Amino acid sequence: MTTIAEPVIRIELLSKQYRMGGELLKALDEVSLTVNHGDFLAIIGPSGSGKSTLMNVIGCLDAPTSGKYWLDGEEVSRLKENKQAEIRNQKIGFIFQGFNLLSRLTAIENVELPLIYRGVPAKARRELAIAALAKVGLEERIHHRPVELSGGQQQRVAIARALAGNPPILLADEPTGALDTKTGKEVMGFIKELNTLGHTIVLITHDPIISEQAKRIVKIMDGKLNEEGGGRLELHSGI
Amino acid sequence: MNFIQGFKMAIKSILSNKLRSLLTMLGIIIGVTAVIALVALGQGATKSVKEQVQSLGTNLLTVNILGRGSTNTLSGTDAIAIGGKVNGIKYTAPASTQSTSVKFNTTSVDVNVVGTNADYALVKDYKVSSGRFLVQIDLDVYQKVAVIGSSTATELFGFTSPIGEYILIQGTRYKVVGVLAEKGSSTTGSNDEVVMIPLTSAERLFKSKGVRTIYVQVETTEQIDNVVTGLEKELSSHFRGNTDSYRVFNQSDALSTLTSVSDTLTLALAGIAGISLLVGGIGIMNIMLVSVTERTREIGIRKAIGAKKRDILIQFLIESMVLSGLGGVLGIGIGVGAAQGASKAFNMDIVFSANIILVAFFFSVAIGVLFGMFPANKAAKLKPIEALRFE
Repeated sequence: MTTIAEPVIRIELLSKQYRMGGELLKALDEVSLTVNHGDFLAIIGPSGSGKSTLMNVIGCLDAPTSGKYWLDGEEVSRLKENKQAEIRNQKIGFIFQGFNLLSRLTAIENVELPLIYRGVPAKARRELAIAALAKVGLEERIHHRPVELSGGQQQRVAIARALAGNPPILLADEPTGALDTKTGKEVMGFIKELNTLGHTIVLITHDPIISEQAKRIVKIMDGKLNEEGGGRLELHSGI
Repeated sequence: MNFIQGFKMAIKSILSNKLRSLLTMLGIIIGVTAVIALVALGQGATKSVKEQVQSLGTNLLTVNILGRGSTNTLSGTDAIAIGGKVNGIKYTAPASTQSTSVKFNTTSVDVNVVGTNADYALVKDYKVSSGRFLVQIDLDVYQKVAVIGSSTATELFGFTSPIGEYILIQGTRYKVVGVLAEKGSSTTGSNDEVVMIPLTSAERLFKSKGVRTIYVQVETTEQIDNVVTGLEKELSSHFRGNTDSYRVFNQSDALSTLTSVSDTLTLALAGIAGISLLVGGIGIMNIMLVSVTERTREIGIRKAIGAKKRDILIQFLIESMVLSGLGGVLGIGIGVGAAQGASKAFNMDIVFSANIILVAFFFSVAIGVLFGMFPANKAAKLKPIEALRFE
């Protein structure tokens, strides 16, 4: 593959502005960021710092006002809505704070959902979904609905959903925010394990303790990024 | 996302909220039920009217002789003669009818006694079940013979054969030579409570010259108008231009009038039912709009993990289509049941046509698409970030 050298994410001078009550709000101010294959990046910042906006732009849920964004070698900052949806479907696995599982569907149906939109045939879809659920250790509970699962298990179903389509990047937005400390630790351990398996992970959090588990930490403040260099992963590798 | 997948999703979503889905469908169910049941009853009424008129004889003209002044001036032979002058006539049966009592031993019944000729059976589509009908020779020699209807035969003779027995009509003995096959009843009453005697004997018996009615069978339907004109011309010259003395009554005119009346009625019923379908459609739109708002978060999640506008649009469209289509199917079932119930309870004829059933089904599906379009479009247009943030 010739694109090995190409980073998964390359953002150049990206800005996002909102107009709020006649006042121009710079949620992102000429941000540049590069994420390589196999990276584990944490973006940390207090609320209102622009990290949600950055996450939306990285996740192709929102288009930037200006600047360039290459995702997996493809320029995605100026795409139409339908194309954006396609990119989200194929390149990004979302792990949300509130799990965002469909409560009416069983675990396996939830995991199958992105594959349905990708147009994977039923049989292959089922196999992929079961494999993804097995990866998160929930092969015994594939027919349970989210209400029948604990918070940690629900987040694992959500991780399985993100993994099912084998996207080049996993985007986790406060993945432990809705969990207690113990299960939060479990889930973080899990995410780290995925990283060691080769998945590229971008984690967004406000919690320094969570962010310290990443290989690389980037601070965001008032719409500007500030690289902290390599994380203190080595110090915490015992956890 | 393919159609079958969307269909499965829609079924799942409908089943997850059974009561609400049922209530939503109720409008369509009632509408389709009304269409199916009312049209079945309307068409049944049309059919029975048609059959009754046709049982009087197809291609049949009835000439009523009202007479000029106090005299009754068209004799049976004159009537036959007029019939012979007009082209396109197959049979001519003059008739003189009087309601009177007929007696056998001690049993007596009130029936219509018809004085007529041999053509009467052909014109009126009577069949003889035993014995024979009147023949020309009976008229020529003033025979006192009678042919009796099936009901009259049962009433007078029970289960014994009436052939060869004598009945008394106004005190005169008539020999029964034939019994008619059962024909059923029409708008003009039972066709089986009747006694037929030769026209010439009837004139003597009732002490009246001339006939009141002439039944004319036309050869083909196309000739009816010509025959009517021909008869009117002949009658006019017979009555010396007095057009009030006779009436030529066209059976097929009556048929088309009756049919158009009941067709209009059916159409009006279908229209009312169609309006209720439309109201049902608005009900579906209402619930779908609520559903879209309720499921904003779901839509956001689906969009975040890669659902395109079209996927969401199709999902909600199929959902409303399945709702209304299911309502249509239930409505067809209930409508067929209701029409059959009504026909049993009120002894009415019903006719189900596959056309109406198909139209009702596809119309209800179309209503689902039509009224689902707006909510589905609203869902498809939601922005994923805003939808995800929705609580």
